Amino acid sequence: MAQLSADNHGLRLAVRYTVLGLIALIFVFPLVFMLMSSLKPDAQLLSDTRSLRAFLPVGDISLDNYFDAFRRAPVGLFIFNSVIVTGVTVALTLFICSAAAFAFVFIDWRGRDLVLTLILATLIVPFETIAIPLLLIASKLPWLGLDGLTYGWLNSYQVQIVPFIADGLTIFLFVQYFKDLPGELIEAARVEGASWWQVYRRVVMPLAGPVLATAAILKFLVMYNQYLWPLMVVQEERYRPVMVGLQYFFQLNRAWGEIMAYLSLITVPVLAFYLFLQRAFIASIASTGVKG
Amino acid sequence: MASVSLKNVRKNYGAADIIKGVDIEIADGEFCVFVGPSGCGKSTLLRMIAGLEDISGGTLSIGDRVVNDLPPKDRSIAMVFQSYAIFPHMTVRENLAFGLTIANAPKAEKDAKVAEAARILQMEHLLERRPSQLSGGQRQRVAIGRAIVRKPGVFLFDEPLSNLDAALRVDMRMELAKLHSDLGATMVYVTHDQVEAMTLADKIVVLSAGTVQQVGSPLELYHRPANLFVAGFIGSPKMNFVEVTIDAVDASAIRISGPAMKAQTLPLTGAGQKAGDILTLGVRPHDFKPMDDGAFTGKVTLVEHLGNETIVNLALVNGQHLIVALDGDTACTVGETLTVGHPPEKAALFDQAGNRITG
Repeated sequence: MAQLSADNHGLRLAVRYTVLGLIALIFVFPLVFMLMSSLKPDAQLLSDTRSLRAFLPVGDISLDNYFDAFRRAPVGLFIFNSVIVTGVTVALTLFICSAAAFAFVFIDWRGRDLVLTLILATLIVPFETIAIPLLLIASKLPWLGLDGLTYGWLNSYQVQIVPFIADGLTIFLFVQYFKDLPGELIEAARVEGASWWQVYRRVVMPLAGPVLATAAILKFLVMYNQYLWPLMVVQEERYRPVMVGLQYFFQLNRAWGEIMAYLSLITVPVLAFYLFLQRAFIASIASTGVKG
Repeated sequence: MASVSLKNVRKNYGAADIIKGVDIEIADGEFCVFVGPSGCGKSTLLRMIAGLEDISGGTLSIGDRVVNDLPPKDRSIAMVFQSYAIFPHMTVRENLAFGLTIANAPKAEKDAKVAEAARILQMEHLLERRPSQLSGGQRQRVAIGRAIVRKPGVFLFDEPLSNLDAALRVDMRMELAKLHSDLGATMVYVTHDQVEAMTLADKIVVLSAGTVQQVGSPLELYHRPANLFVAGFIGSPKMNFVEVTIDAVDASAIRISGPAMKAQTLPLTGAGQKAGDILTLGVRPHDFKPMDDGAFTGKVTLVEHLGNETIVNLALVNGQHLIVALDGDTACTVGETLTVGHPPEKAALFDQAGNRITG
């Protein structure tokens, strides 16, 4: 009987791994195709698409497409711009939205529920609706930078960052998470003499690992994939992010190998960020899986 | 150390009165227990002392300062919560030192105070552990340790033992009593467990529906409950209540009888009673003794042999039940008829408003 159940268990495990493996393959196929194609000259790339060779590093393999991509367009600059815009936006979003959620959940103030409702209501407003008004506002806003006081934010980093440093979805994620934290932890910290800022920094945020990771990943993807807004506000190559850069690159040339190389390059930061956060995510679960 | 004084303290949420004008004086170094059934307002009252709930009216003083509008950190209090509320992302050492870290205390001072608290609570070996690696009792110790480290004027405990198992609760109860005598600190303790209240308190405050029913020492509440509520709440098993009628009354004695009780005479100190009035007689289970000329006769319906005592459920002729606690060696079987009585001075009489009228 025990033997039978052990066999059953093994069989179930085998089926499970096979199904999961197949699903993983489906997700990995396009990525493998992209990577392999980026190593091949156009003629071979196109002929390989008729067979499984498209997924294998066979034939005339080289990094030429990468070198050509860098020669034709400032790929590095595009990636740098995207990393700066995305990184700063994610960091500011995490701080501002968590602090806002903290005030909504833990501090009692008049009008709290109304303000939270209004913020959550913004979730149903599509960005396209506010894009034009936002563009008009951004084109006239003052900015105190290295060049002194200037007006109009077009063609800058801040125009790609500031409109996105707070959003209803991220605040909602933090609010939901904070509501589940034991209220007595916050009260204990208050009794021990902690100010609201200290409660936020020393008690709430160290326990917020999982929601920080979730919010960071979601925001990163949104920001890194930004297309419409930067297309509207950034004309200069100097501040152009990767997705607008892709369109630009595509117009420059139809060399598929180089496009695949470009795509492979802009995928690297996403994977790196994901892997980094995955570790942080697991670590945070390990340290917070505790009930007081 | 500090005294705590509540004068006509009130709390309401909109139209709902939760605390209806409470007056309590807690002396410096006293162990005061708030006890009462769920929803009586005892935890709210404690949280008002802590500064975690606003005070709607009245005056709350700690030491010689009115603290109504002070934030918790400025009240010289430390609080131990029912759920321990120790920080899961910090080690025991960091938890103990939290208040000092917040106050930017020098490292040497922090280390010394943490070591002292750890020594008092015998948890030096746990300092580098995280809460997830501790048992319930150890976590509660950490919570108490965190309170000790700051040397507050007043310790506040909100049902600190109710998450522990029965055996551990007894141990921790004794530790708390020892801690109180060692530190000599003012402690305010909330519980719904009257055994905890009786064993720990210098002074018990019995609360019901947001009002103070009686304040007194444990034995005072036990022997001289001010009203039916206190009489029924303090003591285990509960006091027996029997409705009786006054047959005759004079300056020092009152003669009463009831449908299932022989007439008896009790000493009387109060005034204003007259023949024919209905009263409630209260007798504690432990004050009954089997006696042939006792006032109550009934049929035994349940016997619990606990070793040191025997709890007997006695059904009177009118269907009412009495709980009687007899000697552990008393031979008693279900179905037999038993007559019990009590010393006259051990009985309490309550008027129709529920207030005690006898000495």
